[in-house]
Amino acid sequence: MRVEHDLSRFRKIVRGKIRQNLRKYITHGEMIGRKGRDLVSIPIPQLDVPHFRYGKNGSGGVGQGEGEEGTPVASGEAENGQGQAGSDPGAHILEVEVSLDELAAILGDELELPRIEPKGKDRIEQKKARYSSIRRTGPESLRHFKRTYMEAMRRQISSNTYVPDRPRVVPIRDDKRYRSWTETPDPQANAVVIYLMDVSGSMTDEQKEIVRTAAFWLDAWLSSQYQGVERRYIIHDAAAKQVDEHTFYHTRESGGTRISSAYKVCSDLIASEFPPSEWNIYCFQFSDGDNWGEDNEKSLELLRETLVPQANLFCYGQVESPYGSGEYIRSLESAFQEAHPKLVVAEIENKDGIYGCLKRFLGTGA
Amino acid sequence: MATVTFDPLPADLAEIQAKMESHARDYGLDFFPTVFELVDADQLNAIAAYGGFPTRYPHWRFGMEYEQLSKGYAYGLQKIYELVINNDPCYAYLMRSNGLVDQKLVMAHVYGHCDFFKNNYWFSQTNRKMMDQMANHGNRVRRYMDRFGVEEVETFIDACLSIEDLIDIHSPFVKRFDEKSRYDFDHPPDHVDEPPQPGRFESKHYMEPFINPPHYLAEEAQRLHEAQQSKSHFPNEPVRDVMLFLLEHAPLKPWQLDVLSIIRDEAYYFAPQAQTKIMNEGWASYWHSTIMTRQGLDAADVVHYCDHHSGTLASSPDKLNPYKLGIELFRDVEDRWNKGRFGKDYDDCDDFAAKRDWNTNAGLGREKIFEVRKIHNDLTFIDEFLTLDFCRQYKLFQFGYNPSSDAYAIESRAFPQVKQQLLFNLTNVGRPIIAVRDGNYKNRGELFLEHQYSGVELKVSHALDTLVNVHRLWGRPVHIETVLDGASATLSFDGSEHKTEKSEESTA
Repeated sequence: MRVEHDLSRFRKIVRGKIRQNLRKYITHGEMIGRKGRDLVSIPIPQLDVPHFRYGKNGSGGVGQGEGEEGTPVASGEAENGQGQAGSDPGAHILEVEVSLDELAAILGDELELPRIEPKGKDRIEQKKARYSSIRRTGPESLRHFKRTYMEAMRRQISSNTYVPDRPRVVPIRDDKRYRSWTETPDPQANAVVIYLMDVSGSMTDEQKEIVRTAAFWLDAWLSSQYQGVERRYIIHDAAAKQVDEHTFYHTRESGGTRISSAYKVCSDLIASEFPPSEWNIYCFQFSDGDNWGEDNEKSLELLRETLVPQANLFCYGQVESPYGSGEYIRSLESAFQEAHPKLVVAEIENKDGIYGCLKRFLGTGA
Repeated sequence: MATVTFDPLPADLAEIQAKMESHARDYGLDFFPTVFELVDADQLNAIAAYGGFPTRYPHWRFGMEYEQLSKGYAYGLQKIYELVINNDPCYAYLMRSNGLVDQKLVMAHVYGHCDFFKNNYWFSQTNRKMMDQMANHGNRVRRYMDRFGVEEVETFIDACLSIEDLIDIHSPFVKRFDEKSRYDFDHPPDHVDEPPQPGRFESKHYMEPFINPPHYLAEEAQRLHEAQQSKSHFPNEPVRDVMLFLLEHAPLKPWQLDVLSIIRDEAYYFAPQAQTKIMNEGWASYWHSTIMTRQGLDAADVVHYCDHHSGTLASSPDKLNPYKLGIELFRDVEDRWNKGRFGKDYDDCDDFAAKRDWNTNAGLGREKIFEVRKIHNDLTFIDEFLTLDFCRQYKLFQFGYNPSSDAYAIESRAFPQVKQQLLFNLTNVGRPIIAVRDGNYKNRGELFLEHQYSGVELKVSHALDTLVNVHRLWGRPVHIETVLDGASATLSFDGSEHKTEKSEESTA
C-alpha cells in the first residue's frame, strides 16, 4: 500500500523536528515526565496544518444527560488539547508518540554513537504475556462483558427464570468470564545498568535533576541496544545502600562523602546477582567529586581491581557543585594515566553539559 | 498504476449482501450499485487515512492519520467498522476480521448511506466519478513531485490545506457572480473620474424645486458616488470562497494553481458530508436498525447485534453523538407524521391531554422521512424538527466555556438556548466565516480578510500560523480582522513578523 510512503514521510518529518530540538529536549529533561512504558510523547510544534478555528472564548455546545446548570461537562484542556491558547505563533502543538527505541536511534544518529556488541549468550528467558484466552476466574478489570452476559442469559433461560417481557439478565459469580493470558518465552541478551549517586549534603536538587536527565537518556540508549535491561540504584554519602528508582532520585542525605562505600556495595551486587561472564554491566557514577581525602586510595583500588575489569563500561560524571571541591576527578585521571578504554570521565558544568557528557559516555561503543 | 484491485466477496458474504440489498430495496431505498470490498484491518486503516480513496495524492498527513488509526486499533481504543464512498458505483469497505453479524449490520447501514448520497439534494452537485477524479489528482500531484521535488510540492500543499475550509459551501447551488468570459474585452474605461449625475425629471422651471428637490439630488449624487467607489473596490463584495479568489488572483505558477485547484475540488466534494453528518448517520442507523430487527437477525445474533448497536449510539455528556441524535430525530419525525402531530391544528392546541394523546392515524411517517432525507441538511433539519418535547425527552442541555474556571459547564436547559447553540455549531459546519474583503489593501496589493464575528473568538495561535500559510500563497502581507477580548482587532503577517492591532473601543 502506498500509505507506507506517506507514513515514512511523516516519520521523517517528525524525526527531523526531534533532531532539530534534540539538544533542547536533552537539556530540559521535559521528556522524562512523558514517558510511558515503551513510548514517549513529544510535543512537536508546527506539524499540524493550521486552520482558522474557533477558540474557547464564547464557545459552547449541546450535550445530553443529567446535570444542573453549572455542572462542569469538560475541562478547557480536554476540549482544546493544549490548554492555554497562547498568542505566540507555534503555540498549537501536536503531541507525537515516538517509541523509546526510535528516540534512542535519533539520539544515536545525532551523537554519532557506535552500536554496542553484546557479550554473553542469550540466556535469561523473559516471559511475554498475550491476552488470548478466556477463563472463569480473574480480576474484575479483565471481565469479558459480552461472554458473561451470554452465560447469564443461557443460565436464566435453561432454569426458566428468564422473562421475555422483562428481560433482566443478572450474572452470578458462576457466569463470569475473564480474559486470560498465555506466556511465551522470549530469550534475551542481558544487560544491567548500575547507577551510583552521591547524595551527600553538597549535592543540591539542581544537580540531582542533571543526574536524572542524564540517566534517562543513558537508559533510552542502552534499552535500545539490549532487549531487557535491568537497573540497579545505589546511593551513598558516608555509607552506601541499594535503593529503588524513586528513592534514588528523591533522597536527600546530608552526611559526608565516602565513595568507596558505594563501590563496595556495587561490587557485592555484581558478585551476587550479575556474574560478569553472563551480564553486560554498565556503571554510571555521579558525584560532585568532594570525596574525603583519606578515602580516595581505597576507592581507586576497588575501581582498578574489581569494577573496571568487570564492567563493559564504567563512567564517572562529575556534576559541578557550588559546595564541593571537585578534586575526585583529578585523582581518578592521575590514577588511570594512560586512557583506559573502559573508564570514561566527564565534567558536567550545568544542564547544557548533559549533551556532551552523553556523547563521551556512550561514544566508546563498549 | 492508480488502480487498486480486490478479490470478490467470499460466497457467504455475497449471499448476505444479496439479501440485505433486496431488503433495502423493498423498503424503498434507492441507491447506486454498491461494491463491497473485504479488506484487512491494516488496509482499512490506510484507506480511511486517505478519506476512503486509496489512490489519493501523496502527503505526509495521510501517514500521520494512518499512524493514529493503526495505533488506536492496536491498543483496542477504536475500530472502524465501515467506510462508504459517495461515488457511482458506491464503494464500501468491510473489515475481514469482523464477525458475520457485524458484516450484516454494516451492509444494512451502508445501503442507508448510499441511498442518502444518491438522493440528498446537498450531494447533487458532487462528482459521482470521484474515485477516478481522485486517482487523476494523485497522478498530477505525483508528476509535479517528480518534476519539482517532493519537498517543494508537499510544503505547497501544506499551505493550501491551511485554507481548505475557506470555501463557499452554498456556491454550487447559487450563482454569485456573472460568468466571466476570457473573450470579454469590453472592459469599463479606465478613467471613470467623471461622477455620474443623478437623473432629473423634466419640469417647468418654477416647479423645479418641487419635482427635483435639491437636497434629494445631493443625496442621490452622494449615493452614486459611493456606489462608484465601491465598484472600484476589489473585490466588489466580500468573497467567501477564499480559495477561488487566490486561484484567480494570487501570483502562482501553473503547477501551483493546479495543486490549489485540486485541493479546492476535494474540499467541495467533502463539504456535503460535513453538512449532513447527523442526518446521514441517523438515516443509515435508522435503516440498519429497521432491517436488522425486522429481517436480518437470527436468534443467535441478537446479543451481538445489541452490543454493537448500543455501542454505536452511546453518547457522552460533552459530545452529542450524531448517530444517536440523527436516528432519534428521524424516529420522532416518523412518529409525529404517523400520528398527525403537525400543522396548524396541532400547533394551536393548548390542551395538554389532547396534545399528549393526539393521534389522527395519518400514517404519513415513512413518506415524510423520505422527503426529509431528500431536501434537508443538518442545519435545516435541526431548525425544522428539533422540538421542545424532543429536547426534554432526550435531556439536551447547552454548555458554554467559562474562562474563570477554564472549563465547560452546563449553562441552560431552556429549549431556545439549546436549539440556538446547536444551530450555531452547525452553521458553516462549525467553522468561523471568513471572507476576502480587499485584495488590494492600502493600494499595496495586500490581502485583507474579515472574520464575520458572531460571538465566538478565533483561536489566535492557529490564526497566526494560518496567516503564515496564506502569505505563502499570496506573496504579499496578509491581514485578518476579527474580535479579540471583546474589541475589534487586526492580525497581520508581513512575511517576517506578526502584528496584532487592537482597536480601543470595545464592541461589547
